[in-house]
Amino acid sequence: MDVTFVLNGKEVCIDANPDRKVVDLLREELHLTGTKEGCGAGECGACSILVDGETRLSCLMLAAQLEGRVITTIEGISGPEKEALHPVQESFIEHGAIQCGFCTPGMVLAAVHLLEKNPNPSRQEIREGLSGNLCRCTGYVKIVDAVERASRSMERCRFKTVKDGA
Amino acid sequence: MKKVLLPRSLPELWDQLQTGSEAVVYAGGTDLLVKLRNKVFDPPLLICLERIEELKGICEDSGVIRIGSCTTHAAILDEPCIGRHLSVLDKSLRVLGSPPIRNMGTIGGNICTASPAGDTLPSLYALNADVELLKRTGKRRMPIKDFITGPGRTCLEEDEILAAISIRIPQEYNVHHFEKVGQRNALACAVASLSSLLRISADGVVEKAVLAWGSVAPTILTCAEAEKALIGEKLSLLRLQEAAAMVRDAVRPITDVRADADYRRTVSGNLLLRLMEIQHTPTEDIAK
Repeated sequence: MDVTFVLNGKEVCIDANPDRKVVDLLREELHLTGTKEGCGAGECGACSILVDGETRLSCLMLAAQLEGRVITTIEGISGPEKEALHPVQESFIEHGAIQCGFCTPGMVLAAVHLLEKNPNPSRQEIREGLSGNLCRCTGYVKIVDAVERASRSMERCRFKTVKDGA
Repeated sequence: MKKVLLPRSLPELWDQLQTGSEAVVYAGGTDLLVKLRNKVFDPPLLICLERIEELKGICEDSGVIRIGSCTTHAAILDEPCIGRHLSVLDKSLRVLGSPPIRNMGTIGGNICTASPAGDTLPSLYALNADVELLKRTGKRRMPIKDFITGPGRTCLEEDEILAAISIRIPQEYNVHHFEKVGQRNALACAVASLSSLLRISADGVVEKAVLAWGSVAPTILTCAEAEKALIGEKLSLLRLQEAAAMVRDAVRPITDVRADADYRRTVSGNLLLRLMEIQHTPTEDIAK
């Protein structure tokens, strides 16, 4: 069946088996390998994507469910310039919040969604916001540091934009 | 290859959900797709309810809160009337799964999966929730305790769906408490859980008590004996210990990968003791 949806800002139409797992479709057909499959059972968060702006698990979604949705994968969150990273990604690099990197795409997307809902989270709220994403290198402290700092730098940007606009 | 249909309305659903189609119906998919992956079953047709607007949303009318079965856990948590009136349900939703699971999973799915460890279930039993079942030819309604008949079993018929849950707002309790014991805080199946609704008078006497345990019996366990042991008495550790002993007798836990039966039995009693620590608003502030 043909499935039409918006993927990282561009409309795509792809012929897919309706029961294909979204994570497989993204990785194997669309070659977006930033999305990882860890457990395949909704327990690790490595396959997180944004569906209409909310984090969902691409291992627990079928291709047919993509129809009409707006999908953002880790490849789609950076700025319009090719090299520009999202402030959360910048902050992950600065804080060494990446060890093996397998959980990172999911962690970054969970953080982006969290900061959109709650631009000034406490450390506890950050921990809760990321609680669906497992890091098996046990790097949580640096990840929380990175998200905390990203929230501050994003707030400064917003403040600057408001001032510039005024 | 399985066919996957996403009906956009109930009439469309009824056309697809024909008797004999061997269709399996799902909402968020957080349980069903794991079962498919593990090849628990292999249906030829899947019908996903996520696009049917009639099955989503929350409304409050004449003292009753009605939640559409395909409302996600996150959407329920975002609705202020839930925290205000059904705080015990709100507390159980906050510890269900993880943020992405709460963005996907629905309350109707949690009920129809009918796991003894379903996090919303003890609270829905304590709140005496009714389920509304719908099929092409009509609807019926029953208390949730009659709907769930065993682990993974409900009395849903082949061409029938769970459409909504309705809960009369309880005015009479000043304690809404939920606690879940799991192996970790997030993404954990309950080893044992307890939902408690209590009315405690200004001088500390328990006037009403409703208690419901998860994960310690084939379905949610209520224990009238333990409730009676608390009612009419001042809330004290001694009384709670007596009630805890009754609960430990009443539970029928299993040993599985998460905990053994003895541990579950001990914890189900211990969860009651926590009621000593909880704060409550004075009864003068709530309705009789």
